[in-house]
Amino acid sequence: METTLKEMRIGNSGVVIGIGSKGPMKRRLMEMGVTPGATIKVVKVAPLGDPIEVTLRGYELSLRKNEAEQIKVKLA
Amino acid sequence: MSMTIALAGNPNSGKTTLFNALTGSKQHVGNWPGVTVEQKKGKYRKDKSVDVIDLPGIYSLSPYTQEEVVARDYIIKETPSVVINIVDATNIERNLYLTLQLLETKIPVVIALNMMDEVEAAGTKIDIPELEKSLGVKIVPIVARSSKGIQELMDAVKEVGGKNLASVPLDVFNKKLKEAIEELKNLGADDWKAIKLLEGDEILMETLEEAEKVKVEAIITKTDGIVGGDAEAAIADARYQTISKIVGKAVNKKGGVTHVETLSDKIDKVVTNRILAIPIFLIVMWLIFAITFNDGLLGVWLQTLVVDFWDGTLVPAVVGFLENAGAADWALSLVEEGILAGIGGVISFLPQILILFLLLSILEDSGYMARVAFVMDRLFRKFGLSGKSFIPLLMGFGCSVPALMASRTLENDKERKMTMMITPFMSCGAKLPIYLMFAAALFPNSNQGLITYSLYILGIVVAIICGIILSKTMFKGNVSNFIMELPQYRVPTLRSVLIHGWEKLKGFAIKAGTIILASTILIWFLANFNFSGMCEMEDSILASIGNGIKFIFTPLGFADWRASVGVVTGWIAKENIVATFGVLFGAGDEIVEAAMEGAEALPGVTEVFTQVSAYAYMVFNLLCMPCFAAVGAIRREMGSWKWTLRTVAFQMVVAYIVAFLIYNIGNLIF
Repeated sequence: METTLKEMRIGNSGVVIGIGSKGPMKRRLMEMGVTPGATIKVVKVAPLGDPIEVTLRGYELSLRKNEAEQIKVKLA
Repeated sequence: MSMTIALAGNPNSGKTTLFNALTGSKQHVGNWPGVTVEQKKGKYRKDKSVDVIDLPGIYSLSPYTQEEVVARDYIIKETPSVVINIVDATNIERNLYLTLQLLETKIPVVIALNMMDEVEAAGTKIDIPELEKSLGVKIVPIVARSSKGIQELMDAVKEVGGKNLASVPLDVFNKKLKEAIEELKNLGADDWKAIKLLEGDEILMETLEEAEKVKVEAIITKTDGIVGGDAEAAIADARYQTISKIVGKAVNKKGGVTHVETLSDKIDKVVTNRILAIPIFLIVMWLIFAITFNDGLLGVWLQTLVVDFWDGTLVPAVVGFLENAGAADWALSLVEEGILAGIGGVISFLPQILILFLLLSILEDSGYMARVAFVMDRLFRKFGLSGKSFIPLLMGFGCSVPALMASRTLENDKERKMTMMITPFMSCGAKLPIYLMFAAALFPNSNQGLITYSLYILGIVVAIICGIILSKTMFKGNVSNFIMELPQYRVPTLRSVLIHGWEKLKGFAIKAGTIILASTILIWFLANFNFSGMCEMEDSILASIGNGIKFIFTPLGFADWRASVGVVTGWIAKENIVATFGVLFGAGDEIVEAAMEGAEALPGVTEVFTQVSAYAYMVFNLLCMPCFAAVGAIRREMGSWKWTLRTVAFQMVVAYIVAFLIYNIGNLIF
C-alpha cells in the first residue's frame, strides 16, 4: 500500500518510492540516504508530537512531519 | 617531506577525535575566512612537517551549507596532499556517500575506517581488501578514541601523498548519466565539475558565462527527461545504489539485516520517552546551570578561588610594590583600576567558561545534544529558533559570556546569530544587584521580589518577541529543516572533553580578552581624567559625556548625567552601576555593598528617579548592550565586526523602545 512517511505509525516500516518536493529539502533527504528502494522504519515521535525519528541504512534520522509528508513510501 | 592532510568526514564520525589523536592538544582554532564555521589546524605529533587541517563535518560536497562550501573549496582550491576520509564503520552506507564524492575530485584519498571496535563487538565482519578493491583506495581500520591504527594510517597517507589517484575503478553512473557527463566534459569541464554541473550546482553555475550556462542547462533539461525525473536525484540514487552493492559484498552483519537492540537504543528509549523526555531534559539543564553558576558548586567555587587570588593577593602585591617604588598616583590607579581590573575581568570568567564547556562537550560527545534539539524543536521553531537555542538562552541567566559561546552548538548560521542577538536579554547574575538596589531605594513598601521577578520575565518576553520579529525580517527565508542524524550514544573521552574546554578558554582569553582590557582602560581613563589632569569622577570626561548625552534619555525619564554615567560604567560589568551610583551619590563602601543586596537604600537615588523612571532605567540596562566581556564573546563567535556592531545596535534600539514604552505607559497608569 502506498502512503507517505508522515502517515506511518510507530513500528511501521516501508520502502521509499520517491520524494515529492524539489529543492534543498529533497536534496538533503537524498544525501542522507532517503532514496528509492531504501527501507525506512518509524521509531518514535518527539514528546511534543513533532519531529519524528526513523531508522534507515543502519542509522537514526530525525525529520519534521512536513518533511516526512513529502516522502512516498510503500508499506512493507 | 612537508605535506598537508585534510580530514573529511560526516558529523559524528569521530573526525575531531582523530584530529586530536593526530595533533595532540596544540591546535589552532579560528574561523574559516568570512564565515562562522570553525577551522582547526595542527601539526602531526610525530612529524611537524605534516600539517593537519580539520574540515567541517559534512554529509556531501553539495554547496548548500556553509560547511559544505568551506570543505569543498578547500579540497578543490587548496588541493591538500591527501584527504583522510574518516568513515564511521558502524554507519558505513551513509558515510560512503561522501566518500564517493571525494573520489570524484581525484584528490588522493585514504579511508580511515573508524569505530572498528564497535563493529567487532556487534559481530559485524567487514572485508577490507574487498572494500579497497571496489573503491580503489587504501583503507586503514582505526579506533580513533584509543588511538589504535593511527600509525598505520599515517604510513598509508605518506605512501599515497602527492600521487594522483591512479585510476577510478568505480563505475557509479549508468549509461544515460555518463553520456550527459561526457557532453558536459566536452564543454571543458573536468569529471568533478561535470558531475556537479549535472547536479545543478548553483555555485559552479554562477562561474559560467551566459552562453555556456544556456548549454549546460539544456543538457540538464535533456537528461531530466531521459532519466524520467531529475538528473540530480538520479545521481544521488546512482551513488547509493553503488554503495549498496559494495556494502552488500564487503559487509557481513551478524543476524542479517534485522536490527539488534543496542545499549544506545535502550538509553534512547528512556531519554526521549514521551513522558520522561522533558523532565529529564529540564533536570539535565538545571544540573548544568547549577554546577556552573550556583553558589557553593564547582563553577562559583573555582571562580571565587581565582578572583580571591587576583583581588586579594596579586593586585595588593603589585600595588604595594609600585607604592614602595614611589609610583605616581595616576600610574597606580591605571595599573590597579585599569589594567589589573581589566585582566581580572577576563580571568574571572574563565572558571565558569571552563566548567560550562566541559559539561557541554560531555553532552555533545555523548550524543545527548542531538536529542535536546529533537525534544525541544517544536517549541522553539515557533520563535524562529532551534531546540538547541535553549542552552545558550538558559545559560544567559547565569552569565552571557559562556552563554554566547555555547551558541556554537547550533549548526544553522542564521539560528546561531539570532540566538546570540537575544541571549543577553536573559537577565544575567550581574544585573541582579541593580534591581535589588533600586527596589530597596524606590519600592521600599512594595513586594521587592516581584520587581526583580518581573524584570526576568520581561527579558524572556522581549527575547521571544525579538525572535519572532528577527525571523520574519533580518533572517527571513531561513530554510530551516530538521533532517538530522541522531548519533549513537557514546561515552565521551576525557581527552576530547578537556581539549574542547581548553580551546574555549584560549579563544575567549585571546579574542575577547583584548576587547575587555582595552575598553576597561578606556573607561578608567574617561572616569579619572579631565583635560587638566586626574580628577574625581564627577569632574571627569565621563561626567561631561554623561552631561552631553543625558538628553537622549529624556524620553525614557532619566535625563540625569549620573544615570548616563551609570549606563556607561555598566558596560564594564553591569553590577558596576551600583558602585558608580555609590561614588556619585557619595555613599560609603559599606552602604554600596548593602545596597547591592537590597538590604539598604542608596541615598540620593530617589532625587533622580521616580518609581516609573527607575523601572525604565532597569529595563534599559537589562536590554541594552551587554558588558564588554559579552561583546567580546559576540565578536569572537560572530567572527565579524559587522555582525557584532549590528547586534549591539539592535540591542540598543530594543532597549530604547521598550524603556520608552514602559516610562510613558507607566506614567499614564501610575
